[in-house]
Amino acid sequence: MHARRLSAFLVAAFALTALGGAGTTRAADPPEIVIGSILPLTGPLAQTGAGLRAAQELARDLVNGHVSYPLPMVGRSGLPHLGHARIKLVFADSQAKPDQARAAAEQLITQDHVVALIGTYASSTTATASQVAERYGIPFLNPDSTAPGLTARGLKWFFRATPNDATFADNFYQFFAELKKTKKIDVKRVAIVGEDGLFGSGAGDAEEQIGKKLGYDIVTRVAYSATTTEVNAEVQKVKAASPDVIIIASYLPDSLLYMRGFKEQGVAPKAILAQDAGFIDPGFVRTLGADAEGVFTREVFSLSIKHRNQSVPLVDQLFRQRFGDKPLDGNTARSIMGVLILADALDRAGSTKPDAIRTALQKTNIPGKLTLMPWNRVHFDATGQNDGGAGIIEQVQDGKYETVWPSDVAVRAPIWPMPAWKR
Amino acid sequence: MDALATPAQLLVGGLLTGLVFALVAVGLTLIYGVMDVVNFAHGEYLMLAMYATLALALLGIGPLVGLPLVAIALFLFGIVVYRVFIRRLLAGPPEATVFGTFGMLVLLQGLAQATLTSDYQSIPNPPFHGTIRVGAIAVSQATLIEGIGALVLTAALFAFVEFTETGRAMRAVAEDRIAATLMGIDVQRINGLAFGIGAACVGAAGALLMLSYPVYPTVGAAFALTAFVVVALGGFGSIQGALVGALLVGLLEVFGGFYLSPELKLVPVYLAYLIVVLLRPQGLLGRR
Repeated sequence: MHARRLSAFLVAAFALTALGGAGTTRAADPPEIVIGSILPLTGPLAQTGAGLRAAQELARDLVNGHVSYPLPMVGRSGLPHLGHARIKLVFADSQAKPDQARAAAEQLITQDHVVALIGTYASSTTATASQVAERYGIPFLNPDSTAPGLTARGLKWFFRATPNDATFADNFYQFFAELKKTKKIDVKRVAIVGEDGLFGSGAGDAEEQIGKKLGYDIVTRVAYSATTTEVNAEVQKVKAASPDVIIIASYLPDSLLYMRGFKEQGVAPKAILAQDAGFIDPGFVRTLGADAEGVFTREVFSLSIKHRNQSVPLVDQLFRQRFGDKPLDGNTARSIMGVLILADALDRAGSTKPDAIRTALQKTNIPGKLTLMPWNRVHFDATGQNDGGAGIIEQVQDGKYETVWPSDVAVRAPIWPMPAWKR
Repeated sequence: MDALATPAQLLVGGLLTGLVFALVAVGLTLIYGVMDVVNFAHGEYLMLAMYATLALALLGIGPLVGLPLVAIALFLFGIVVYRVFIRRLLAGPPEATVFGTFGMLVLLQGLAQATLTSDYQSIPNPPFHGTIRVGAIAVSQATLIEGIGALVLTAALFAFVEFTETGRAMRAVAEDRIAATLMGIDVQRINGLAFGIGAACVGAAGALLMLSYPVYPTVGAAFALTAFVVVALGGFGSIQGALVGALLVGLLEVFGGFYLSPELKLVPVYLAYLIVVLLRPQGLLGRR
């Protein structure tokens, strides 16, 4: 009896202090708007997740701060149309597992009462987390998952800022068209190689569809498991098809197997064009040395975009200060843009009601020059895909990745055909 | 001529691939043969060996020179693991070793992820990156060295088990543990030795694989699954069985990949495995 009375008293006391606390903060500080962020903070992608978190925190501070950059919503002391409300990020861990991402979304929506969700990097976890947001009717902004199928699910609350693998496939063909126009280089026979997961098969489908539509001859399509330890048959398939170019989507171990296999078997296309991943891993050039020369890869970002937006080196500097001097890269830059795009929509919505935010997201129209990316603009089509997305193409030249396309951010001319294999 | 070039190349590629599989499988089959333990953490020992090789390479010691050092390190590691861990599990029910070694898999993978990050790492400027050409057939030097290494290792292990006193003791323990004890064989010592030698084999395999493959915390899974198929196909506990099984798997995978489709290249492998397990559960060269 005594104990019960005591606990009742304690509850009352806590309630009073809590109320009092809420009252005083409301009087002193502008209100906070809570955004839920789902990232792989532990597990195999923990390193990447830490970078993305630092990037999103930097973006939050840029929005809440008062130093202005040529970027949307930066330096206006919060969200002006919401009484200079500050944005607050609540992080939840996906562990890079689809079911964990689903649980994280559920928790952020029902317990933290977030007004919108952002995340989750890996396409597989974005797929599940966004389903939860759809069910609750909460806007979900995805900065960085590139599986084309994510925006083909008919979701109403899902918005993807990054171009997807279909855009990058399209970029390759634009690059070929430009080569034809400027240098009279003719590409006809295309071999498509890709791992058979969501990433490689999605990219391969897009490459095949767009290539066929444009009248290219798709001479072979090789799908293989990324965990394979040898690619003898795969390389022979490509060799037998004698392609002009090989478009390939692989992770690092398999990218090395293919590069060595092509060299060993004397497969000598005019060019190898890769969907980043293994081909931009630091281990790629380090391991292959001269054999990596001339390989093209798409990228989502390059510091050479400073020629279009001078805030790139400044944001890079700020990011380095926070994250152990690591430079801004495609993943972290997209995460920053994700928070800014969401902040822009929240401000225009002037409300934290899900419907209002969703309507504002649909009306987003940010010019490419006001982003950190090589994009034409940020504008979502009916599927929620940013239709102004674009990538860049880099080529390994003298052991370094140099931007060769599009011409307004290129720092070197492309070397075509790629150099012959060294002995 | 040209019509024959592709099958010939596939044949050579398949055999060399098989030898690489054998490299990983022989240690596994030895441990099983002697003490009836399926070491689920075998792939993780491979991962440790590959990281050890990488560390030596960063100190300027190449993989081939480093190979004996890595093998000795893994031998000692295997003995310690046996003494503090496996020996206790053997005293429990048969499932204890399954769960115990599986737990070790999870632990080693987690530790590697936490301390070494999940990045792919490979030897900078690895040696033997050239190609050897004979007529229309081309093989990379690294793969050839790995294949020769596998043959040497399998032959050495076979000779050791068949012709030495300790090897004979191992076979005795494999055949009948209690009878071996009665004959005055120290079963604990033989078990420990077998576990150590099994680990040393995978140590040598790891050193050789670093010639052509990067290391990362879950690299073991890529090789271990094939190793289990190889061992089951060739016959649990049979060293020559592992070699035969590995060559078969390599050939089926490469020919299946080319003539069916690369996506389906494991289908003939697992089909062969199913057929063998149904018709001859002890494996191609297994006893009992």
